[in-house]
Order: sequence, then C-alpha cells, then structure tokens
Amino acid sequence: MSPTQQNQKGKPAKPRAKSGAAAKSVTTRQQIDAVERIEQIATGVRRRVFEHTLKHNGGYLSQALSASEIFAALYAGGMRLAPCKRPLKPGRFAGVPGTSNNYRSGDRFNGETAPGLDRFLFSPAHYALVLYATLIEVGRLQESALSEFNVDGSTLEMIGAEHSPGVATTTGSLAQALSQACGIALARKMRNEAGRTWVFMSDGEFQEGQTWEALAFAAFHGLSKLRAVVDANGQQCDGAMSSVGHIEPIIERIRSFGCDAVEVNGHDAGALKAALAEKSDKPYVVVARTDPAKGLEVMARRAPLLHYVRFTSDSERQDFEAAYQQMVGAS
Amino acid sequence: MSAASGQAVISKAADPVREMVSRPHSENFIAWSAKRPEVLVLSADLTSSCEVGKWRDTYPDRFITAAMAEQNMLGVAGGLAREGFVPFIHTFAVFIYRRAYDQLAMSVAYPNLKVRLLGFLPGIVTPGGVTHQAIEDVAIMRATPNMTVLETGDATEVESMLDAMEQVDGPVYIRVLRGEVPRLFPANEPMRIGQSRLLNQGDDITVLTAGITTEEALRARHAFDRAGVGVSHVHVSTHKPFGDDIIEQALSNARYGIITMENHTIVGGLGSAVAEYMAERGIGRRLVRLGLRDTYAHGASKAHLMHEYGLDSAALISAVESLIGESLGVSEADLSSARTDAVHSEAKAEAL
Ligand SMILES: Cc1ncc(C[n+]2csc(CCOP(=O)(O)OP(=O)(O)O)c2C)c(N)n1
Repeated sequence: MSPTQQNQKGKPAKPRAKSGAAAKSVTTRQQIDAVERIEQIATGVRRRVFEHTLKHNGGYLSQALSASEIFAALYAGGMRLAPCKRPLKPGRFAGVPGTSNNYRSGDRFNGETAPGLDRFLFSPAHYALVLYATLIEVGRLQESALSEFNVDGSTLEMIGAEHSPGVATTTGSLAQALSQACGIALARKMRNEAGRTWVFMSDGEFQEGQTWEALAFAAFHGLSKLRAVVDANGQQCDGAMSSVGHIEPIIERIRSFGCDAVEVNGHDAGALKAALAEKSDKPYVVVARTDPAKGLEVMARRAPLLHYVRFTSDSERQDFEAAYQQMVGAS
Repeated sequence: MSAASGQAVISKAADPVREMVSRPHSENFIAWSAKRPEVLVLSADLTSSCEVGKWRDTYPDRFITAAMAEQNMLGVAGGLAREGFVPFIHTFAVFIYRRAYDQLAMSVAYPNLKVRLLGFLPGIVTPGGVTHQAIEDVAIMRATPNMTVLETGDATEVESMLDAMEQVDGPVYIRVLRGEVPRLFPANEPMRIGQSRLLNQGDDITVLTAGITTEEALRARHAFDRAGVGVSHVHVSTHKPFGDDIIEQALSNARYGIITMENHTIVGGLGSAVAEYMAERGIGRRLVRLGLRDTYAHGASKAHLMHEYGLDSAALISAVESLIGESLGVSEADLSSARTDAVHSEAKAEAL
C-alpha cells in the first residue's frame, strides 16, 4: 500500500500491518483490500465523469470508461508519491509560466517530490477529467473543484495544461510527455535517484514518430526507471485505430526498440496492480488492453465513434441518463 | 475593392449578423472537388473536426488517412504534390506549423509545391487551451518563403477560399473557421487574394481586422457613428503578400492613427505587417496593435478570452480613445450584442 493512499473523504488509509506471526495472512488481506480499493476508486471516477458528461451534454466519456482502473491503480499504490495532507483547492488561472509570478504548477497535487519518490507525467491531456476525478477519489483534490471543470478562468481545463491539477507538463499536443519523461529520468539517473518516472499514455500516441524516438532514446540511455502505462482502448477521433493507422503488434514493436513491454487486461485491478509492481532493468511499458465502452452498453452502440460524446438526440440522452441511474444504483 | 477612379468602394458587411452558416466548408468542398480529380484530402485523425467527414464518405479513394502523424503527413503531401496531385491538409493549425514545421519548410515550401494547408482553430477560438490555440501561425507562415498566407473571416470567405487558393501555384496556408460561422459579406463578393475589403470609411482612425476580429470590430460601428468619430474599417484576408490600394489609402488617411486587431500574438502577424508597410512607405502615424501581448493563452470560452486579452470591441473603443485623446462615453449597451456559441452546438464537429 502506498503512503499516498487516502479514502474519498480525505482520511488517511489504514496503517500498515505490524510484523509478526500474523503478517503473512494480513498481507494477503491487504492485497485484497488494495485491489478492492482500486476498483472502488475506478467506480467513483467513472461515475463522476459520467455525471459531468450528462450535465454538460457531452464530453470525453470513453476515456473514463477505458482508463479508470489504470488511473486508480497508479494513484492507489502503483506510484510512490508523497501524500497531500488534505485535498487541495485548485485556484484560478493565474497566468502562464514565465509571465506571471502567481503561476503554480499542477504537479503539487502529486505531492512533494523527493529523490526516492516517483514522478508522474500525464500525456494525453484530453483525459483531464479522468485525472481530476481520480485526484478527488484519492483525496488530493477538493471534491467541489469539479464544478469548475471547463469553466472560464478555471485551471481545471477540458484539455489540461501544466497549471491543471495533477498535470506536470503541457502535453495536449500528443506524444510529447514521454520525451520529457526521458529527460527527467535521465536527470534523475545522473543524480542516482531511486524514484521512478511514470507516464500515462494513450495508444494514439504510438502513431506519432516522437514516441518511437523517445523509446529508442530511453533504451539507448538505459533509463530503467522510466515506466509508461498505455490505455490501449483501440480507438481514436476518426474511429477504430485499425481503420486509421496501425500500431500493432505494439508489444513486439516496443520490445524491438529495446524496451520491456507487458500486456495486461486494463480492467483487471489485480492484474494491473501486479503489472505496475513488476521489476525491470529496462524502460518498461505496460500496455493495458481496455474497452472504451466498458460497462456502458449505450456507449458501445455509438461505435466506432467513441472519442467524444455529444448526444445526437433526446432519446439518446435519455438512454444515457437511464444508464447513469443504473450505474449509481449499482455502486 | 478599388473602382476604376481609384476611389475605394465600401463593401456592405452585415451588422448585426443576419445569417449563421452551419459547417460552411463541408458541402462546399464536396461540390468544388467533383470536377477536380487531382484534389486529395490528407487527414491526421481529425476528419470530422475539420468538416471533411462527408467528403471522405463521398470520395473515399481520394481521402488519405495519415493517422496521428503530422510530420510524416507533410512529407507525404510534398511527395503527392510532386506527382501532380493537390493535397489539401486538414488538421488543427497548431499541428501543421508547430508540430511539423521543418517538414513543412523543406518538403513543401522550399520546393514551392501546390499543397493547401487548412489550419483549423485559429487563435483563441477554442477552449482546448494552449496546445490547441494557434497564436503565432501567421507570424511563422509569413516568415516562410514561398508561402501564401490567408485567413477567413466569415462563411462567404470559407466558401470562396478554394477558388482563391486555386490561383496560387505554390503552397498556401489558410486559417479556416468551422462550425457555426456568421455571414458578414454578401455571398456574391468572394474572397480574392491580395484584395482587402473596405467596410467603413472615415478620416479619423483606421482599423484593420482579420478573421474573427472583423465581426468584433463591427460591433463598435454604431458607437463610433454616434460619437462622431470617422473610422475606416479594412478587413484583411491576405496576410501575405500584404498590401493593396485599399490598405494604402486607409493607412494614409487616418488622422489620429491606426489600430490593428488580430486573433494572434501582436508579434509578427497583422500588426507587424501593417507596421512594416507603413514604415516602408513613410506613413508616419501612431499604431496600436490589439492582440495577445507576447503571451500564451489558456483554455476558456472565446468570449472570455477575447475580453481577457483585449481583443473585443470594448478594447477597440479604448484604443480609439487613446489615439484621439478623449473619452467617447460609450457603454456596453452601445455595442451590438455579441454572439455566444454553445460549447456543444449541433454544428460543432465531433471532438473539440
Ligand atoms: C499532435 C496531436 N495531433 C492531433 C491531436 C488531436 N487529437 C486529440 S486526441 C486524438 C487522438 C485520440 O486517440 P488517442 O490518443 O488514442 O485517445 P483516445 O481516443 O483513446 O481518447 C487526436 C488526433 C492532438 N491532440 N495532438
């Protein structure tokens, strides 16, 4: 369990088990708890993003359906981040880096940095709402902040920038975070830091040449503490990725660049948790296979156009409303 | 348009906007492409966002998916153009000139190839934030040799840009408006390269606008009339090559000074082009450049950002006041009402 783990109301997680005779069974119990915790966070994230999509008559909903377990697994122990003492308030937009003394990085929501701790870079910035919802679920961002999502003057932008909660680099122009993570990981390697550098990526980013340049760089420079997790939901703006441009076989391609790659069911909290914890002496990529309509049959009906939801009719909206009520009732 | 006598003719711009055109590029481009088999569309996974979804379905053999890989797409466009095709690149402007600039310069601009670069989401029209806001594209494209640089300001210009570009035997970059677009200019007065439009004539101040700032400046028109300030208003759609008779006359006649309004940083765009033009001709007037003051922006609504960065009609009024040195006593009520677009309007493309 990570020191960052906090429940929805911001209370600290249960203390670690004491060593002793009962340690083994307690650990097992803890592992089950940890998996349940991931599932619980993921459910909360989906619900929050869905709620927003209904309220605003549209939004990046499929990203929450596919990636909620990934974010939950990363923030509920997959990454070693310092805790936030309490859920933080986001603050209004106060200028961009360089022109304003009031500028503050959104990375503070990931806790104080330290040589032994991990860093997190959030690459496909249109997943912002999923990240914000996760930060709320793990007690790093005030729950009320979500009412500022995509509101004029707010830092909770629809496509996050590095003033947005949880965001350390400005990467709404896709496939730029992995290279920056290489720079950060290289700097940390030069300083012999034990902490790892994580990047959350979308599969569309593997169409950009820059991603492959970054992987080649990471392998060449032996950045063994660089770790990426990919939401392989198989979809992009124009539809199914297989109809727009191939990235498969992604595992083999990544390995052929000299990095380590594993494939995992991105909705299986236990498997995700295990994959994130896996050791590797190479740059390590977890390819999480996911369903962009996970748990939402009404969403699947929109296939192949799942990237951005905008209700096309009142009846579609009502179907989504009904599905939402069902989701809330079930959780 | 210049009449034979050399006297500028005032073109009638609609104020307030009487007609909104939904997705003006979509059908128009399909019809235009019917008899032009050399025309191809290249898309980097923003097909319906750039209003060419229906074009793809109409001409599937001429639609080329480049996937989300813009640098490669620019190179591919160069290769296709060398073989006699006319590739029309459709993506957000930032992904053309920021992401793929070297490829654009060396694979397209230097060999002077007939590639059409349609840049969507110019300036601060999108809430997508800094990564989606093309705020220095005009500067960069103006600085690119062989490049013709255009900007659409209404539905008529979106509809007529294809014919206008056809005249150019080289690369063209154009800022394109999408979604719900106002019609400011009569449908029978098409965009023409190297020809600006005179929308109002007066001897005190000259205002030059381009793209969305034209509609914004029109909002202040009656306020100027009421305050008795004579304003010449010039709408510019050709950033490069820059300058024509209308511009030259309007700059020369402005008693108090000149104001440019651009949906762009004030470095290198319309304001800079006007400054260069004035300096080269010895037109000694004060110049106020309204636009982003050498800063990146952030994600918010267009109306909010136009206000925040001093690009709205109220900012124009203040600029006029500072040039003439007195208050016009104009209140918000004197400005024609602003349109606000619903973030999720029907005409909005699939994603951002
Ligand atoms: C460099 C770049 N090109 C294009 C875009 C526009 N865009 C936003 S999301 C996206 C692709 C979506 O695919 P993916 O990254 O897999 O995300 P998902 O569909 O799973 O949300 C594109 C092309 C962008 N943001 N950056």
